[in-house]
Amino acid sequence: MKLKDILSPFTAWKHVVKEPVTIKDPQSREGAERYRGFHKNDIESCIGCGTCEDICQNEAIDLVPVDGIETKDGDSGLRPMIDYGRCCWCALCVDVCTTNSLSLSNHFTWVDEDPDAFRFIPGVDKKAWDNEEKGWKKPEPNYELYGTERVHMPELHAEDRDKSFIEFVTGYSKQQAEEEADRCVECGICTATCPAHMGIPEYIKAIRNDDLEEGLRILYETNPLPEICGRICTHKCEDVCSIGHKGDPLSIRWLKRYIADQNPSEKYKEILNAGNVENNGKKVAIIGSGPSGLSAAYYLALTGYDCTIYEKLPEAGGMMRYGIPEYRLPYDQIDKDINYILSLGVKIEYNVNIGTDITLDKLKSDYDAVFAGTGLHLGRSTRIPGSDHKDVFFATDLLREISLGKEIQVSEKIVVIGGGNVAMDITRSLARLQNNKFGKVDVTATSLESEDIMPADREEVVESREEKAIIDPGWGPTSIEIENDKIKGLHVQKCLSVFDESGRFSPKFDEKDTKFFEADMIVESIGQGMDIEYINPETRDQIEFDPRGRIVVDEYFQTGAKWLFIGGDIIQGPDVIHGIANGHKAAIGIDKFINQDG
Amino acid sequence: MKNKLFKITEDRSQFPEKNADGKIDIDLSSHKYLKLWQGPQHPGITGNMALELTVLGDEVMHCETHVGYLHRGFEKLMERRKYIQCFPIVCRVAVPEPDFNEYCFASAMEELAGIEIPEMAKWLRTLVLEMSRLQSYLMWIGGQSGAFGSGIIGQWANYLRDLVLDRFEELTGGRIYHMYQLPGGVRGLLPDGFKERMEETLQTIEKFMGDIDKVMFNNAVFKKRSVGIGYIDPAWINKFGITGPNARAAGVAKDVRKDYPYLKYADLDFDAIVGKDSDIYTRADVRRKDLLLSIDLIRQIFAKMPEKGDIKAKTPNVLHWKVPKGETYSRAECTRGEYGYYMVSDGTEYPRRINVRGPSYTHAIALLEKMIINTNIADVAGLMVSLHTYPPEIER
Ligand SMILES: Cc1cc2nc3c(=O)[nH]c(=O)nc-3n(C[C@H](O)[C@H](O)[C@H](O)COP(=O)(O)OP(=O)(O)OC[C@H]3O[C@@H](n4cnc5c(N)ncnc54)[C@H](O)[C@@H]3O)c2cc1C
Ligand code: SF4
Ligand code: SF4
Repeated sequence: MKLKDILSPFTAWKHVVKEPVTIKDPQSREGAERYRGFHKNDIESCIGCGTCEDICQNEAIDLVPVDGIETKDGDSGLRPMIDYGRCCWCALCVDVCTTNSLSLSNHFTWVDEDPDAFRFIPGVDKKAWDNEEKGWKKPEPNYELYGTERVHMPELHAEDRDKSFIEFVTGYSKQQAEEEADRCVECGICTATCPAHMGIPEYIKAIRNDDLEEGLRILYETNPLPEICGRICTHKCEDVCSIGHKGDPLSIRWLKRYIADQNPSEKYKEILNAGNVENNGKKVAIIGSGPSGLSAAYYLALTGYDCTIYEKLPEAGGMMRYGIPEYRLPYDQIDKDINYILSLGVKIEYNVNIGTDITLDKLKSDYDAVFAGTGLHLGRSTRIPGSDHKDVFFATDLLREISLGKEIQVSEKIVVIGGGNVAMDITRSLARLQNNKFGKVDVTATSLESEDIMPADREEVVESREEKAIIDPGWGPTSIEIENDKIKGLHVQKCLSVFDESGRFSPKFDEKDTKFFEADMIVESIGQGMDIEYINPETRDQIEFDPRGRIVVDEYFQTGAKWLFIGGDIIQGPDVIHGIANGHKAAIGIDKFINQDG
Repeated sequence: MKNKLFKITEDRSQFPEKNADGKIDIDLSSHKYLKLWQGPQHPGITGNMALELTVLGDEVMHCETHVGYLHRGFEKLMERRKYIQCFPIVCRVAVPEPDFNEYCFASAMEELAGIEIPEMAKWLRTLVLEMSRLQSYLMWIGGQSGAFGSGIIGQWANYLRDLVLDRFEELTGGRIYHMYQLPGGVRGLLPDGFKERMEETLQTIEKFMGDIDKVMFNNAVFKKRSVGIGYIDPAWINKFGITGPNARAAGVAKDVRKDYPYLKYADLDFDAIVGKDSDIYTRADVRRKDLLLSIDLIRQIFAKMPEKGDIKAKTPNVLHWKVPKGETYSRAECTRGEYGYYMVSDGTEYPRRINVRGPSYTHAIALLEKMIINTNIADVAGLMVSLHTYPPEIER
């Protein structure tokens, strides 16, 4: 033992004259810039997807309804409520939040005598830290808990596709589909928005589990046309997909296609466990073999009804076959979906025009109920001077002729009036035909709407241009110039705005800013109208029409003439998935109607 | 009191004879023995566990350890949690050193999933593991000196530890449970000015370590109570699975950082700290030097780490991450020795089995029960702290 060891501990005394190291009032100490303190939520950007609730291992988060926040497309209307009796401030909820609305402030002291106060809805229940900038936010950059970038869908290059009508989107491989499916957070925001309320997160999960038969079963619960929808659906689901708030929305449509593509049609019956339905002896007539008619027939057949579809054209599918071009939706895929429906005993009478060949009355007396999904097939005209010339066509007429395999008129210089998807379809179809006929493309599409508000999908515009069509939006047509009975071109004037303040269609033009598109053929693609001539006056009297002339139906698509149900484009949409949803709902309505009657 | 400080005379004439196997027969009805419970609530215990001591006079004749007071069922709980949901749980397995749990859990998952984390994340993980070591030793040093009656070191060390926790708060958003090493990487880059503030903290610690050297290590009382006491025979090291400073103080250079270099340790310049005498004093000294080594390593890390870089690798969606089927063992050197996670995945979204190897398991049970025999009751606490054990990691 050294003397030093006895003396040296006394050096501790020097601290007596030093400042104490303890903080006297820890209450006023500020948390660090990144401190994980109390929750904040930007209630406007939160969409109530519940992903925060999902990840929380403490079940500290509950999504609850909040006064003043409405449920709408892309917003469940719920907001997270946090229970500080459970929370461990891991901030995984913040990191996973799909909208980045959730964060933690750096506040960490909260005194209250009411224990329930510590269960609160951040952003709704006002707190002292609501405006505190400091605190935990999702780390940036390149820090994500799930993929925010879409797996690229392989496509044919423009030069490989611009002469033919072969399908140019080639479909996901297994690995690609699984990688894309992995991004889903299973919030179900998409399901709520999908008109058919498809079990989207569920079938995406089936892809992850590589159980594509289960995937197919889920698809058919709400949609008997998955090959078709997997290709051309307007995918309202993707518009609201919560991943879209900070990245690319899920490729929901392509994933649906992947499931349908991977299941061979021979196995459908076995997978879907169909074919054991007992006929219930009731008969339903369906007018039109578009998506609404097919969907109604499918769900009715599953319930045991004897269904007959009457179709005025030689093949089934309605606008899906006679409108949508083959390069987007190949006929064999339409056939795959429709043949399966027919295999359940649904009959189709082709080339029968209800109203002329058979009257609606006859159907009424021969069947227990009638569903009509006759669509919008009458082209609408701009009615500008010259629009009655023989070289002015409706887009839908031309598209139908193409599908029927007929040769249509294709001139060297064509102008298409319209900025929607139908306009893009005819533009791209004509571009292909021109390319074949003349070895070059000279088709221009022009619309009232400027490029940023054009109704066509962005990718349609981009792809049209890749195929060398010209898209020149923002012009209002004024007249078609005709010389010696030949079209010379289209006069247009600058369109300044399309809608007024209240959102009503009321275009404003700059008459001085004009332009002339040279052309020898013009196609109008500004919308379609319904043709319900087949509904006789007596039945018409029973049906209610709204002030704008549209047919009024109840939630089951039942009209005032109780035996007559109407759905599809005439009522809602216009798109395939609304038709499918309508047909399904109408099938349920028809079943109710017939059972109550009998 | 008077002479005792410098001279302890032993009178063992009253003590029972040992049997041939070295054990003694304890007959409680002889009234010579007393049963004494140290713990489960006791300042001399490093957490909640109990030592059931049988003493004769003031000497321990027999000890049985009792654990179970802290059992939270973490391992079982994890089998019912998705992997990402285990992440906020694992740090809670060992309160004073959450980061080793985070690291072992994440790296086991990454290994099974075949994920390589970015360079930057590796450096930051190495940094927090050393910061964690630093604050853990600071907590220990207060306990060690406190167990031998000196309160002052604990006061200083707690202050110093708080400074490190301040840095943790800046970097990770939390003081105790950092939840920073997420599977795939880490959750943040260094905040602005962090290195400077850390350097300031390191200098403060170094300054106080000088004082601690004088007041604790060059202290007649501490030496008297720690030199030659609590001897660990090097032959026991492998037999009992002794690791960390407990092994190194016995001259066995076991250090996972050196033996199986992980993260960026291969790029750092250091040697495993070893001692010779294998008593309480030597173990304390090895830890003191290891603490200073951590300071050095943190400086090396700052000098060598890149300025920029990604903090997280691309991983599957954490909400349904299916870790590929397989099993692995991932380890790291914590202040108490080898920390490890044995992870089994059956290819689902939930771990099939996770087993945590906390070094305290061997140190605080089998080893302690062996070493404690013939220890003075007053030295039991000091002996236990000298093994640096944490009951929470014994019972997961
Ligand atoms: C060019 C074009 C592209 C489109 N692209 C898409 C797209 O990408 N995605 C999408 O979702 N939607 C698209 N649509 C819209 C979609 O095709 C329609 O919304 C959908 O087909 C409407 O379904 P429906 O059941 O109402 O009737 P339709 O599909 O219009 O079918 C009605 C059927 O009824 C038949 N019919 C009509 N009257 C009678 C009668 N009196 N007797 C017997 N049969 C009759 C018709 O021949 C037709 O087959 C597109 C439409 C067009 C024109
Ligand atoms: S994850 Fe974000 S957007 Fe979704 S409910 Fe929670 S706070 Fe709202
Ligand atoms: S697809 Fe998108 S919206 Fe639908 S459940 Fe998945 S993440 Fe949510």
